[in-house]
Amino acid sequence: MGMTIAEKIVARAAKVDCVKAGDIHTVELDRLLSNDGTTHLTIDMYNNLKNPHIADVSKLVWIVDHNVPSDCPKTAASHKKMRDFAKANGITYYEGKGVCHQIMMENHVVPGELIFGADSHTCAYGALGAFGTGVGCTDYLYGMVTGHSWVLVPETIRFNLTGKLPEGSTARDLILTIIGRIGANGANYKAMEFVGEGMKTLNMSDRISICNLCVEAGAKTALMEVDDIAMDYLKEHGREPKACFKSDEDAVFAAQYDVDLSEIVPIVAKPHFVDNVVPAKESLGVRIDEAFLGSCNNGRLEDLRLGASIIKGKKVAPHVRFLVVPASNAVYQAALEEGIIDTFMEAGAIVMNANCSVCWGSCQGVIGEGEVLISTGTRNFKGRAGHRDSFVYLGSAATVTASAIKGEICTADLL
Amino acid sequence: MGATLIEKIVRKNTGNAAAKAGDIVTVNVDRVMIHDIFIPFVADKFEEMGFSKIWDPDKAVLIYDHLVPASQVDDTRHFRKGDAFAEKYGMKNVHHSDGICHQLMTEAGYVKPGNIVFGTDSHTTTYGSVGAFSTGIGYTEMASILGTGKLWIRVPETIRVNINGTLPANVTSKDIILTLLGDLGADGATYKSLEFAGDTVENMSVASRMTISNMAIEAGAKCGLFSPDEKTAQYCEMELTDNEKDLYGDEDAVYSRVINYRAEDFVPVMACPSQVDNIRPTTELEGTEIDQVFIGSCTNGRLEDLQTAAAVLKGKKVAPFVKLIITPASRKIYRQALADGTLKILSEAGAMITHPGCGLCCGRAGGILTDGERVVATNNRNFLGRMGTSKVEIYLASPKTAAACAVAGKIVTP
Amino acid sequence: MEKFTGKVWVLGDDIDTDIIIPTEYLALKTVDDMKPYAFSPLRPELAGQIQPGDIIVAGKNFGCGSSREQAPEVIKALGIRAVIAKSYARIFFRNSINNGLLLIENEDLRDAVSEGDTIEVTVGESVSCNGKSYAISSLPENLLDILNAGGLVKAMRKLNGLED
Repeated sequence: MGMTIAEKIVARAAKVDCVKAGDIHTVELDRLLSNDGTTHLTIDMYNNLKNPHIADVSKLVWIVDHNVPSDCPKTAASHKKMRDFAKANGITYYEGKGVCHQIMMENHVVPGELIFGADSHTCAYGALGAFGTGVGCTDYLYGMVTGHSWVLVPETIRFNLTGKLPEGSTARDLILTIIGRIGANGANYKAMEFVGEGMKTLNMSDRISICNLCVEAGAKTALMEVDDIAMDYLKEHGREPKACFKSDEDAVFAAQYDVDLSEIVPIVAKPHFVDNVVPAKESLGVRIDEAFLGSCNNGRLEDLRLGASIIKGKKVAPHVRFLVVPASNAVYQAALEEGIIDTFMEAGAIVMNANCSVCWGSCQGVIGEGEVLISTGTRNFKGRAGHRDSFVYLGSAATVTASAIKGEICTADLL
Repeated sequence: MGATLIEKIVRKNTGNAAAKAGDIVTVNVDRVMIHDIFIPFVADKFEEMGFSKIWDPDKAVLIYDHLVPASQVDDTRHFRKGDAFAEKYGMKNVHHSDGICHQLMTEAGYVKPGNIVFGTDSHTTTYGSVGAFSTGIGYTEMASILGTGKLWIRVPETIRVNINGTLPANVTSKDIILTLLGDLGADGATYKSLEFAGDTVENMSVASRMTISNMAIEAGAKCGLFSPDEKTAQYCEMELTDNEKDLYGDEDAVYSRVINYRAEDFVPVMACPSQVDNIRPTTELEGTEIDQVFIGSCTNGRLEDLQTAAAVLKGKKVAPFVKLIITPASRKIYRQALADGTLKILSEAGAMITHPGCGLCCGRAGGILTDGERVVATNNRNFLGRMGTSKVEIYLASPKTAAACAVAGKIVTP
Repeated sequence: MEKFTGKVWVLGDDIDTDIIIPTEYLALKTVDDMKPYAFSPLRPELAGQIQPGDIIVAGKNFGCGSSREQAPEVIKALGIRAVIAKSYARIFFRNSINNGLLLIENEDLRDAVSEGDTIEVTVGESVSCNGKSYAISSLPENLLDILNAGGLVKAMRKLNGLED
């Protein structure tokens, strides 16, 4: 019987010929990402082990991105613990270079790999045909010490994309539409696989954005085939694939959906759930206090370019704080070169260093009581961006930028 | 008998041609600056005092900088309260995210030579760099000025600082003011005016003078004044009239002290933990390991500071495991540094470049440190706990020294 | 002349405004909310130990640093009756007067007093400590006017006809 991409990657990591959904396998991990959200806890547990050691230090990547630069002594202490440990053990370490998933995509992820990340949005790596999944710090520690872990082979939900996104709609609108359709637990424990003719119309930035958000439907991972677009990206970044997989013709899928990209319209997810989606046009006029363009979901050059094209020659509404946060230093430098950063600065935006910023919501650009944020971040949970009585809408780079200009929720075509 | 620079400013302002050091006079305020941390308190006091209008709303400037971007959930309350106050009383000069107040006040043209300006921030002394008398006050006094347009001051005695000659290549105006602080002590100029003169000062950019005026408060001074000249005129986009050209300290004025420096004698120095007057030459500190470098603030976040840092960092990388945080002082400076490639050089070297604001300097966010960490910073204070816990060591230095330290990962002399 | 006694807390030179109330806590809604953090970088336990009526005795340049008026306000809110220091930074000095916090300047007391001593203050005249008396001066007239009005807010309320 045929296998899905997810099954093939697990089989490879388990060093067996064949696995099927529902099996539990011991796998050798190809890479382990951890960030400042939890690494300090991992280190504490590690130090309490009887025989602490690291199976293969070359597989570890540690990235400080959530609270950067540090906002308080407690954060600084977490960072210091992480930095000191990385230094002492020779772990690949990034601090203040960007959001972890973006750095992983730019520098580390290779098709065919099985990657654990101590962060839920690790599923982003499917854009390069890698099985990335989020784990807690205990699972992370086990993987770090033994080099192995176990996985329950996920069933796969397949999305067959056709057509092309219309002008004004983005990959972000597409994935929000899909999450709205299947619900916030619609893909629990499952892999979401994206294939079809429509894939050819989606660049790497679009693909990362789609895979990244799949965890918001509960997915264990998201996967795409490694086509020319993915191979070009890989080559540009100087890496070679380990293995490029496609699902077999006779693979078994838990469900299959056809999605016509040409029907996608600008979407917002209303407070306080990612699957609480409506066409953005149904939320027009909601007054906002802050807008955020950034995050591992939508802080890439393409997103900033789109936002800049909308705001060029216009101004941020006087009562709005518009935070623009590139996903990495590489994105920032490219955006500097293209004049994108200057366009935002001229328009009155607040441009911060590459980091998770208000998507993480614990320190940078936090919103106050009763305030409304429209964001390209990953989540709109209650209190996610600041005060427990505040409101987060999720939208695309285009909708967020248009809203920042208008001072209320607005789509770019209505400016 | 001649007059000091501060006496001349006060005389012109009050019309009292005999005003002299020690007199208590009431001055007419030309401009006030209120920043985000204090606006809620100013607003409350203003209404509690029973005022119904601002004496001249165009003379009041409201600037959000300490809390940009917000780092705590109640921070944005300050913006909402500030916006509401500005709206209610017709204040149009409101800056939501354009940079640090002290940079904006001169950069955006709010302060001109000879003006008398008060701000709810101790580093309001900065505008002495363009020949204005400016000093920090509390929010209660600010509220009373908003209502009356007036404030009493005691005309300060003056310490005259003459600097002549050519500075060594590795020395900046930061090293000058730090050296002076070491010589005067942290209370060495309390209640006094510092007046700077000499050819070294005349050859200095307005940006470099701002660094010196900014830190005059660290010696306790009420102000740190420079005579307006052609550079000032250019910076302020104006032509000097006879009124402004007369703003210099007379040779025969009464000075409480005169200090003379030879520019050639200055060396790169640092203010060591945890007093601004704990000054030592960097050569004595070389090799001290560091965890972070901060280049920014109203003291040293200007274009020439960023360019100086970029010249040091070009083609190099920040030392492994060391953070370099760069916070330009204003939106204008950010865009200038972007246009001339400075930001690109800094980013490629590994710096984190944040939006203009007070950032780490005021200790609310932007790179807070923890026990056992050491930072070299270009800002104005190294007080205990200023940038994190009381076990953080803060070394204040020039941008040139700071950038060199970032590359080396330890204290070095540029 | 007004007289009072109080227990003494002794602090050193250059007690800056960041020590008196760190920036981290400046955006708390009220001065009462800030009280627990007063002096925390230097002596985290001190704010909890101070009792109403106590007196702070310190060295030179007390209150140097920023213009934050929360510094004198938080000291007053803790119940400190007066601060006696060798000298004061000027912004802090003005802010204290405007908020009705009594500041006394004396060069010698700091080095003669120990923490926990009880001292007696006769405003504008002297401080007695361990059997010895130290002369203190009174404030200039314009400041006394503000103090006598009950602080600057009250002085302005009078100006605006809201109080007699």
